[in-house]
Amino acid sequence: MVENHPSQASKFKCEVKNLNFYYGSVRVLKDINLSVFSHQVTALIGPSGCGKTTLLRCFNRMHDLYPGNRYTGEIELDKINILAPWIDPIEVRMRIGMVFQKPNPFPKSIYENVAYGLRVRGQSQRSAIDETVEQALRNAALWDEVKDRLYDLAFNLSGGQQQRLCIARALATNPEMILFDEPTSALDPIATASIEELITQLKEKVTILIVTHSMQQAARISDRTAFMYLGEIIEFDRTQTIFSDPTHRKTQDYVNGRFG
Amino acid sequence: MSEKYLKLSPTIHLAPRIIRNLRERIVELLLLGAAISSIATTIGILGILIYESFSFFQQVSIIKFLTDTEWSPLFENPRYGVVPLVSGTLVTTVVALSLAIPLGTIAAIYLSEFASPKLREIAKPCLEILAGIPTVVYGYFAYLFVTPLLQIPLPDLPGSNMLSAGLVMGIMIIPYVSSISEDAMRAVPVHLREGSYAMGATRLQTALRVVFPAAISGISAAYILGISRAVGETMIVAIAAGLQPILTWNPMEEAATITAYIVGVTQGDLPHGSLEYQTIFAAGLVLVLMTLVFNILGHFLTKRYREVY
Repeated sequence: MVENHPSQASKFKCEVKNLNFYYGSVRVLKDINLSVFSHQVTALIGPSGCGKTTLLRCFNRMHDLYPGNRYTGEIELDKINILAPWIDPIEVRMRIGMVFQKPNPFPKSIYENVAYGLRVRGQSQRSAIDETVEQALRNAALWDEVKDRLYDLAFNLSGGQQQRLCIARALATNPEMILFDEPTSALDPIATASIEELITQLKEKVTILIVTHSMQQAARISDRTAFMYLGEIIEFDRTQTIFSDPTHRKTQDYVNGRFG
Repeated sequence: MSEKYLKLSPTIHLAPRIIRNLRERIVELLLLGAAISSIATTIGILGILIYESFSFFQQVSIIKFLTDTEWSPLFENPRYGVVPLVSGTLVTTVVALSLAIPLGTIAAIYLSEFASPKLREIAKPCLEILAGIPTVVYGYFAYLFVTPLLQIPLPDLPGSNMLSAGLVMGIMIIPYVSSISEDAMRAVPVHLREGSYAMGATRLQTALRVVFPAAISGISAAYILGISRAVGETMIVAIAAGLQPILTWNPMEEAATITAYIVGVTQGDLPHGSLEYQTIFAAGLVLVLMTLVFNILGHFLTKRYREVY
């Protein structure tokens, strides 16, 4: 898979090195090492409470918003440690987008939702915003459904459309990587299928890291899968290997539905 | 009825349905009574206002009342133009709001989006104390402290003036505006904030572009409450703005508000049922109608600009 992208300078978009994360004094992530391959979908799976969402939220430093959180170790984005204290988390979030578990469009129009990232970056040129909004909505496979009602409130969209709108919002600012936090857990099977198809297409443009509660989803859309348990990565390999021939007993038990 | 009900499961022991229903019904009636009592009070107040004003307007034409620019019901040649009282009320209200709305909103944004939980725990009650100070204290604060202070840069300012009364009234209203606005902003779901932060927005951008618009309906409710408080405020204006019904739109002059007139005139002995006595109710009715108009206006504005989440 990696070999399909020879133009890529490095095959790793992100490398996590000995990452530990603490909520107050509780160590939630333990010595995480993980390589996120460029232009691939990497899935994080594991039972509830294993730390997969916590790990995901380290990548755009969402934990910085709340007091008492602490990281040790490194996450390198193109060889630069984004957890370093001198790195501005806002700059990190401008390069790494995020899509949440529950669709969370802003209480604004469809257009303004997609334009939000441009506006916070100080872009005010109308024609440029128009163009980017259209492109982002096309890339999120939503344009045809909303082009006649761009100024309607985003809440009038269905759940699946809202989630695609959130993907368009993340795409509009041209991120290098997008984090998905269980993006389909609030959606019905049809909307889920369309989001999954979208994610598969998007890896042409961006690197994707996805947390999923569904092993089938990980099997369907990801190239690599990391199995997490109690704050540790038990096993990380090609998705096919994880599901058909895992090395660890724990992984095998989990993917075969024996616990979790 | 009761002999017909089917015992589905012998292990579930319930009170007979008829007693249960009766109990529910009594509680419901009690609750209804409590709800009605407040509505009944409002209707009662409005009823008396309208009833007494009605006999007033039989002697003074409504047109005269609304257009005459002089209010001197206690003089030998009485005139009954309510405009000077309305102007006094509006000027003090505008002065108060131009202080309370910006400061109250800024305080709310700060407390909700920027302050640490510890600071908020201290600052919020402190701010709310402002609302608990008796208004008579505010009145003398305006008259004896703020007015002399304002007279340093404005030496021509009279001892009683609407500027000082309005400013102090604004200080009194800040906690109403900030407290309710802050509640409205804190009620904005955290996933909207995180969505904004994840897009690379700063705290300020998140506060102004996402949280504030999402909370606008609660925030306008706070503003409307502030307006109602300002329009109805009595002691501060009676003490610091004077009791002379003068038609002026200049806040640096003395003028009586509707409430100040009512409190001033009730201090004298007015024969029950006289025309002078009825002026109180006519003025009171105007006051209620003004508040009502602001409330309705606010309601529609809120609906128009609401961003539902």
